[in-house]
Parts: sequence; C-alpha cells; structure tokens
Amino acid sequence: MGIPADLLLEAVIYGVLLGCFYAAVSMGLSVSFGLLDVPNVAHPAIMVLGSYCTFLVARTGLDPILAGVLLMPPFFVLGMLIYRFYYETFEKRGTDAGVRGIAFFFGLALIIEVGLILAFGVDQRMVEAPYIGKAFSLGDIRIPMRTVVAFGIAIVLSISLTIYLSKTFTGRAIKAVAQDEPALRLMGANPVRIKQWAFGIATATAALAGAMLIIVGPVEPGMDRVYIGRTFAVVVLAGLGSMTGTIAAGLVLGISESIVLMHPGLGASWAPAVSFTLLLLVLGVRPQGLFGR
Amino acid sequence: MKFWIASAAIFLLAAGSAFVVKNEYFFFAAYTVLLYVILATAWNILGGYAGYVNFGTPAFFGLGAYTAAVLYKAFALPLGLQIVAAAVMAGLLGLVAGMLTLRLRGIFFAIATIALVVIMETVFINWRYAGGATGLQLLRPPLTAPFESYIKMLFVLMVAMVIVAVAIARYIENSWIGRGLRAIRDSEEAAEASGVPTLKLKVFACTLSGALMGAAGAPMPMYLSFIEPASTFNLNYAVGALASPMIGGSTHWLGPVIGALLLTSLQQYVTVNISGEMNVLVVGVLLVVFVVAAPEGILGLFRKWKKSSR
Amino acid sequence: MEKILQITGVSKSFGGFAALTEVSLDIAPGERFGLIGPNGSGKTTLINCVSGTLRNDAGSIVFQGEELSRLPAWKRTRRGIARSFQLPRPFHSMSVIENLLVPLEYVGRGKLDEAHGILETMGLAAKADTPSNQLSQVELRKLELARAMAAHPRLLISDEAMAGLSGSEVEEVLKILFDLNATGITVIMIEHIMQAVMRFSQRVVCLDAGRIICEATPAEIVKNTDVQKAYLGA
Repeated sequence: MGIPADLLLEAVIYGVLLGCFYAAVSMGLSVSFGLLDVPNVAHPAIMVLGSYCTFLVARTGLDPILAGVLLMPPFFVLGMLIYRFYYETFEKRGTDAGVRGIAFFFGLALIIEVGLILAFGVDQRMVEAPYIGKAFSLGDIRIPMRTVVAFGIAIVLSISLTIYLSKTFTGRAIKAVAQDEPALRLMGANPVRIKQWAFGIATATAALAGAMLIIVGPVEPGMDRVYIGRTFAVVVLAGLGSMTGTIAAGLVLGISESIVLMHPGLGASWAPAVSFTLLLLVLGVRPQGLFGR
Repeated sequence: MKFWIASAAIFLLAAGSAFVVKNEYFFFAAYTVLLYVILATAWNILGGYAGYVNFGTPAFFGLGAYTAAVLYKAFALPLGLQIVAAAVMAGLLGLVAGMLTLRLRGIFFAIATIALVVIMETVFINWRYAGGATGLQLLRPPLTAPFESYIKMLFVLMVAMVIVAVAIARYIENSWIGRGLRAIRDSEEAAEASGVPTLKLKVFACTLSGALMGAAGAPMPMYLSFIEPASTFNLNYAVGALASPMIGGSTHWLGPVIGALLLTSLQQYVTVNISGEMNVLVVGVLLVVFVVAAPEGILGLFRKWKKSSR
Repeated sequence: MEKILQITGVSKSFGGFAALTEVSLDIAPGERFGLIGPNGSGKTTLINCVSGTLRNDAGSIVFQGEELSRLPAWKRTRRGIARSFQLPRPFHSMSVIENLLVPLEYVGRGKLDEAHGILETMGLAAKADTPSNQLSQVELRKLELARAMAAHPRLLISDEAMAGLSGSEVEEVLKILFDLNATGITVIMIEHIMQAVMRFSQRVVCLDAGRIICEATPAEIVKNTDVQKAYLGA
C-alpha cells in the first residue's frame, strides 16, 4: 500500500479516535438532515461558533468540557429558533423552498463565519486544560491525551443520543416524524413542535462538538468549510437517519483520512480531499449509504 | 430584436469607452463586475431555471482558468483558443459531475458541488507543472492594436462574453428546453410523468452552466499575469454567483445581470472603503434578507410595484 | 385478446416494509378498470411502479408487449402511459395552458394548438391564462387530468381524482373519464368514492396490505366478505 506496517498501525489507531470524533460531530447533522430533512449546511459553522463560545467560557478558568456542556442549553434554544424560522419561511410555503432553503442556510453559515472573523480575527484560538499537551505511549505509538478525551466525549454523546432516540417517548416521536408524519399527526402529536425539539437537540450537540473541536486542536473561523465535507460525508455514508451508521461511517472517514495523512507520498496537502472524495464515491455508487432506509 | 439592438449599442459603448476613458482603475473594476455577471448568468441556468443549487462555481471557473494558463504555458495558445479549451474542459466537468449526482435530490447535488471545489483545488495544489501551491507566473503576449493597454482589451472581450452568455441564457429560457427546466423546478415528478427527460435536461443545464463558467475563467491568468490555487478556487466566486440571482431574480435572464451589477459594485465599494470581511458579511445578510423577504428578487419587487401602481 | 397491461408478480418494499407482495393482474385494451382498497394497501405504490415513479423490486410489468421495469418514467409516458397525481402537482410557475404545453411538447404526439381543445373538454377553457397556483381544488384535479390527456395516452391512470369533491363535481370528473374511455383509452381508476368506482368500472380489483384479495365485477366485489373486512378493519 506504500505505507510501512508500524505507521499503518499508528494511522489506524489515530483514525479510530479521529473517526469517533467525526461521528460525534456529525450526529447533530444526522438528526437535522438525516431525520428531519433540513438542508442544514450551516451545521459546521454553528459548531465552530460553539468552539469560540467554549473559548470564551473557558477563559474564566472553567474546564472546556464543562464549558461545552453548559453551552448546550442556550444552543438548544438557538436551534429551536432557527428551525421555527426556517419552517415558517420555507417549509410551510412549500413551493420554491428547496433552492431558497439551501441558500438561506448558506447565507447563515457565511454570516456566522464572517461574524467570527470580525469578533475574533483570523488567528487560531485554543484552550488549555490539564489533558491538553500530554500524550501517553502505547508501545512505540504516542497518542495525544486530548484526542482520547474527545474520543471519550464522542462515545458518551453517541450512546446517549442513540438511547434517547430509541428509548424515550420524544426520541421515538422524532424518529416517527421522520418516517410517517401524517400518522403522527393522527396520533395527536404536533410534528412541527417535535421537529423543533429535534433541531434544538441537534444544535445542542453542535455546541458540545465545538468544545471537542477546540480541545482536539486550535480553531479558526474558516474551519467550517472542511467540516461541511466531513459531516456530510459521514451522514451520507451512514445512510440518512441511522445513528449506528454514523459511528461506522465516522470510523471509515477517520481511518481513511489518517492513512492519507501519514502516507509518505500523500500527506497533509491531500487530506482535505479525502472526505469529499469519499462523499462523491458514496453518492455515485451507493447513495443510500451503508444503513440507509 | 430589441435585445440585439441593445446589445450592439452596449458593445459599441464599451468599445468606445476603451478609447476615451483614461483612468485604468475603471477597467480593473469593470472586469470583476463583468466576470460576476457571466458567472451569475451561468449559475442561473441550472440554479434558477432548473432549481438545482450549485456551490461549485469556483471549481468550473478555476478549471477554466487553469486550462487557459497551462495551455498558454505549454503552447503559447492565443486567448481565443484558451477560452474555447477552457469552456470544453469545464463543460466536461459539468457533464461528468452532473451524470454522477443529478440523479439525486437537490441538496445532495449541492454538497457534491462543494466536493468538486475542494478536489479541484487539491489537484492543482499538487500539480507541479501548473505551479503547485505557490502558483504560476505568466508573461502576457505583446498587445496588438487597436487597444492601448491589455486591460482595456480584456474589458472589451469581457463585454462581448457577457453578451454571448446572456444571449445563450435568454435563448434557453424562451425555448422548449427552458420550459422543461421550469417544469423540473416546479415539480420534478410531474415533469417526468409528462414525458420530460429530467436527467438529460439537468445534465445539459449543468454542462452548459459549467462551460460558461470555465470560459469566464480563461482570461483570469492573463488579467493577473499570475495564477495560484487558493485565490482561484476561492469560495467568493460561489457566493457571488449564487447571491446575485437570488437578489436580482432567478426566473428571468435580467435577474442575474441586475443582481451581479449591483452586488459586485457594492462589494467593491465596501471592500475598498470598509474591509474585506465586512464585504462578505454584507453579502451574507443581503442574501438571507432577499431569500426570506423577497423570493423573486429585485425583478419580482419591480413587477409587484408595477402592478400595484396601475 | 392481447392485453394492454400485464403485471406479473410485482413486489416493492421500503426498507423493512413490504408495500406490494406478488401482485399480478391483466388489463384489456379499452377496459375501465377500478382499483380499490383501504388506506395504505398499496394502490398508489402499484401505479407508481406502473408509471415509473418507482421501480419495482421484483416481477414484470409489460405494456403493449414491452417490458417496462427498466424504463424511466418519462419514457413510459412517451410509450403511452399517463397518470394524474393524488395530490395535484401543477407546474405552479406556469399558467394553466402552459402546463399542457409541457407534455404536448415533450411527449410530442399532439400539436401545440391542441391545448385549447383539451381545456375545452375539461371545462377549463376560461382559465387558460390563469396562473396554475390560483386554481381551486376541483380545477387542480381537472388540470391533472388535462395534463395527462395532453400526453395522448393509451392508458390513463386516475389516482383519487375525485377525493374531497362535491357530488356535482364528482359527476363532472366521472363524465370526463367516461368520454375519454369512449375514444378508446384504457382507464384505471383508483377511488374511495364507491358509487363512482362501481358505476365506472367493468372490473374491480381490491388490494389489502400489498396483496390482491379479490378481483371481480363491481356487483360481486361489494358482496365479497374479504373486501368488507378489509374496509371495516380486522
């Protein structure tokens, strides 16, 4: 394959950690786009916004993970407002909504990105914590502790969300509204309020994902662009609406990127293209993804 | 007929100004505005007429620019042929990308177009002959009369290209192809059930749109005497191409023209007098405002105002 | 007699849900055929498979001797199958008459100036230049049928064209369908309005949970106990 065996092992290990991180970052999109069918290209931008908010909160001395968790409620409310606005303006009207809906979220992403540049400048920002900067060794391989921390948060987030969607009443209502809205209406539930709630959850996870992002490495406002590729690649590869698929797809992306990154002939200049190439391949060959409906 | 008379008049006016106007800055600014008029018009063929949003304008534009640059470096190809080659290459990209992704829903196509930009940029960053990440310097050929400076010649060329692009868009819009595209936009399922070969028409629109964007990119390396990946595949081209028809109006060929003229001029003003970032913010806000409050754009507002003042 | 449409063993699933299981039926040219069944029984799925909006997972669909399963919907329309949509889908940015120009141009078996004639037959002539997003429900249903007619079909599928219409409106649509059939067009009617189905159809098939449970004449099918159970619920 052109890559020596011990480097390959390191790439795979790193890839698994990275992959779970990507999966957690994409979970919110799996809900908002996979289940609710909202063309939310602004999801990565909201995540980066979450990173910067974490940066601000962490400056008070608070641990970044805690900061991320504290940011979840306000982001939840933000998500509900955004969905409400989107629904009233586009989904209700129905007709030309497709193009304008996408354009709306694109404009939103643009505004967030530029807003961050105006507020924070284009320089990279990072946070500090006891687990950032240290690494531990697995044989010959050095694993940065912050990656493991992000991996841990990712696992907790993924499991919590999967349980929520399958075990709780609201969670199941969210899955139901994705499959059969008229039936849900007949049962007396209000689909709009359920979707609003779901979008709120998706946005809240974006806040936590933002915290993970800034823990794993420095952030700058333009990062949402490469993450559009990564998150949509994961969501599409998973198959729309499949949470377990998101984890599997995240792993595929993480490991592929990691291998390309560490490959002597390729390296960092090719890495951004990995997610997008994967996305195009999936769309061309198997658009319903691994576990799609 | 009126269209052609107006176009001829505009062309003569433009050509005339190239001899009369002394301030070179006018031509530099006008080049950018005209470029966005072409990009917006091209974008609208797939985005406005058929309803498929394309974020990948930089991919087609950039491929056209690089095709021109590489062919010039390798064969000293004249600009006219560069434009043709650029259109062909970008058209091919549109054809292939379209066939792969236009079977899917609009949002998947939109995301796939972002993928195109990143992949194109990555390819050219890693291609040594085309200059790699640092870019390629190009020496302009000596200028032939009657123009005083290269930029004036490029300006007149761009005016001509605008007229050609708009003429093509106008023709498509009024033809049976245009009606088929509109049927696809209104209800793709009903269009299929009415005998419209939806995939073929969409791929055609994507190919044509891409080819025009590529052609618009061809003069860029000569304009700058330089080409490098980051600025060539810049997302700003995607924003301008998409925002102009959304603001100007997407159902009629005048919409992208008006939108691009106003928006690009405003952008130039804001960038020079305030900042580059504020410029993007202004565009973002205008885009959201128009998409939400004035779905038919400036043309739509104008039509409503005309109706109510009767 | 050569059948115009032969459906054999057609199955269609969505994920784990089997919408159609081994459905087989034949339709003779010029026949008036009724398709009934409770909500969710697979009627629309079946005609979506026939018209090409969906691809059947298994089985064959032969129209005028040609296997259709691999063909996209637009090709099937050009071969002579037209359908109206249960929830009307007009080309909302176009006027009523422009809506007809699309199939007239793209199926291409008629002439563009026929559009007015078709609107006359449907009783929509007065609204020719009205934007189609300003029509009433019954006018939208008629536009659906008019658009299907503009495709010059040999087989017309009418999907719940009468749902929610008043008594006299139902009569209007029924007369249009009878007149169309009189010109030789085979018509498949999906309806819940039983008296319309019974008056119109020469043969009726009842679907339930994706399978055919009865195929008979209108008089016989209303007496069939399986059909009664399907509608009243198990």
